[in-house]
Amino acid sequence: MTTLLSEATGSESALRRFLSGLPGVDQVGAEGRAATLATRSIKTTAKAYALDLAISMVDLTTLEGADTPGKVRALAAKALRPDPTDPSCPAAAAVCVYPDLAATARAVVGDRLHVASVAAAFPSGRSSLEVKLREVADATAAGADEIDMVIDRGAFLTGRVQQVFDEIVAVKQACGPAHLKVILETGELATYDNVRRASWLAMLAGADFIKTSTGKVQPAATLPVTMVMLEAVRDFRAATGRQVGVKPAGGFRSAKDAVRHLVVINEVAGPDWLDPDWFRIGASSLLNDLLLQRQKMATGAYSGPDYVSLD
Amino acid sequence: MTGKTFEYAPAPESRAVVDLASSYGLFIGGEFTAGAGSATFKTINPATEEVLAEVTEAGEADVDRAVAAARRAYERVWGPMPGRERAKYLFRIARIVQERSRELAVAESLDNGKPIRESRDGDLPLVAAWFFYYAGWADKLEHAGLGTEPRALGVAGQVIPWNFPLMMLAWKIAPALATGNTVVLKPAETTPLTALLFAEICQQADLPAGVVNIVTGAGPTGQALVTHAGVDKVAFTGSTAVGRGIARSLAGTDKRLTLELGGKAANVVFDDAPLDQAVEGIVNGIFFNQGHVCCAGSRLLVQESVADEVLERLKARMTTLRVGDPLDKNTDVGAINSAAQLARIRTLSDTGDAEGAERWSAPCTLPDHGFWFAPTIFTGVTQAHRIAREEIFGPVLSVLTFRTPAEAVAKANNTPYGLSAGVWTEKGSRILWMAEQLRAGVVWANTFNKFDPASPFGGYKESGYGREGGRHGLAGYLR
Repeated sequence: MTTLLSEATGSESALRRFLSGLPGVDQVGAEGRAATLATRSIKTTAKAYALDLAISMVDLTTLEGADTPGKVRALAAKALRPDPTDPSCPAAAAVCVYPDLAATARAVVGDRLHVASVAAAFPSGRSSLEVKLREVADATAAGADEIDMVIDRGAFLTGRVQQVFDEIVAVKQACGPAHLKVILETGELATYDNVRRASWLAMLAGADFIKTSTGKVQPAATLPVTMVMLEAVRDFRAATGRQVGVKPAGGFRSAKDAVRHLVVINEVAGPDWLDPDWFRIGASSLLNDLLLQRQKMATGAYSGPDYVSLD
Repeated sequence: MTGKTFEYAPAPESRAVVDLASSYGLFIGGEFTAGAGSATFKTINPATEEVLAEVTEAGEADVDRAVAAARRAYERVWGPMPGRERAKYLFRIARIVQERSRELAVAESLDNGKPIRESRDGDLPLVAAWFFYYAGWADKLEHAGLGTEPRALGVAGQVIPWNFPLMMLAWKIAPALATGNTVVLKPAETTPLTALLFAEICQQADLPAGVVNIVTGAGPTGQALVTHAGVDKVAFTGSTAVGRGIARSLAGTDKRLTLELGGKAANVVFDDAPLDQAVEGIVNGIFFNQGHVCCAGSRLLVQESVADEVLERLKARMTTLRVGDPLDKNTDVGAINSAAQLARIRTLSDTGDAEGAERWSAPCTLPDHGFWFAPTIFTGVTQAHRIAREEIFGPVLSVLTFRTPAEAVAKANNTPYGLSAGVWTEKGSRILWMAEQLRAGVVWANTFNKFDPASPFGGYKESGYGREGGRHGLAGYLR
């Protein structure tokens, strides 16, 4: 691990050489593979397992200017008990909010769930490093134990990979014991080659998780993008021994989307990632569809939107 | 709940959509009729060895009757009919195939053993596409660059294999009918069912009697058909040995002949390839349809510098292949089509062991009944091994390495066959150079086993002659 890390990150030119030396991603082939995996038919017991697993992986998210402490408290309560009528329903993984509401979320969930806070000039990543680090410190002080930062896409796309690397290293340091999720904003990276390179860059710099999107840019998470990132964490672990998590975010609406992602984890990265410690889904309305599907599995009939709580 | 096994529950496609008769006659002159003799044979489900139906074995008298029906239809109805009218029938057939695609896919998987995912997402869409595509040509033949007044040949005798039963039928019948020929088609003896369902579709489409005739049987039936004096054109897809026999028996006659025969394709992976997609392409190249594919990428040529990495990734990928019930929607690899084919695959694989190659099979539990062979690769294979030279026609990959592009070309071309090849590299100029050097009818770049009705397909050397698909596919049925 140390040789790969030190060789790849010794200088900006070494880093750039390493990233451009990664095997390319053929767009047609990658999208074809994802489309084939999406045809897997997940029924009965497999579906029940997948729905519960997906619920336990949700980072229940609200990232709006209009967020209020009341809304965050309601969201946190929902993350704790997604289906109040069914005690067998698992809790979500975390609540994901802006830094100023991290304390509100923490007050509700206590130590029972993770509190994730976006930080470091989310969602644009456009600010000085000092300001970004200060925001991270704020968020962790307010009780966030997971930090979702976004990379500077401008720097990455113009080839200033060292700057991106250094920034992630600095933010990781500022996180202290908090886990760092690095958002690549794949919708702005445009190619799967870039997604793979940015994934490796973030992992080399110390990311605990790599995350697709802020949710503010379209397209957000897509199945092939998540698949390419899962290939990256699989290869990174094989090369270094360190396991990194993946978090697709934005664009999830249906339980079917979530189940397809679990299939891709299972067959591409492997079952080690079928765990909320290693895979998260950043979403809000998705949870309700998972709950409706779960109720349908239990009762045999679809209920309706009035039988799950509003966000 | 965070237990780390995600077991997919069985997801079987329903058999109820297929209504098979217990026995089938021959489809001659627009009707199902009994054979002249009493000979029949049984077609079985290779995944369970269960008998699916009893089928008539056509003899020389039956073939004679079928050719006469085709001749009558050619002279009185189909030949004189304007192209735009013929097109209407072909469009109608294409639409009925689409409407009945689920039923046909299930029947194909039952009779052939291929996974329902492939018959549903691969075979059936292509069957419909082939009829749609050639329907479009029927009234434009004089603009196909094949002369100003191209004319049909007459009666086509067509013999097709068991690996893609309905798709091969479409490849044969669609261009023949679009160009104004009538046909007598013999499906393979292990997979006659979808051809017989297609006969029903011809009735449903009100296709004039005798334009399409289906005679079932084994080798002797095929021999009677291709040598029949009333046949003007023979089209055959199958083994090189049988193809050579047909060419011999047609020598000296004025029959036209196109042959699509065996292959031993090289799938060439360079060190700058998109590796994850290359591994997919290798898997798709050899394990698609259990390797029962004439253009299968059965020889992997991988550049030395990435050989270990590619093999490691390939083995990891192969362990995720789901082998089993062809009707389960999550099955990736189905049953071997017949006991005879399974025996052939075993025999050739055993020569791999005996000649010192190293065998590795994907860990999977094979069902107790039916014909099964685990996806297998042989490493340490050289050009001198039988498994690098002979067509295995099963899920068995021979892995060879090369150092330079020139060596890759030399090894890829060092085969009596010349049907297909694959090239994996991110370098566009190398793709073009390789395509120029490779002696293969089809060269895929950064993909494998992709088919399209607009694209001509066919081989040279011992892989046959003539092209099917595209504008070129018309030439074999016109004078």
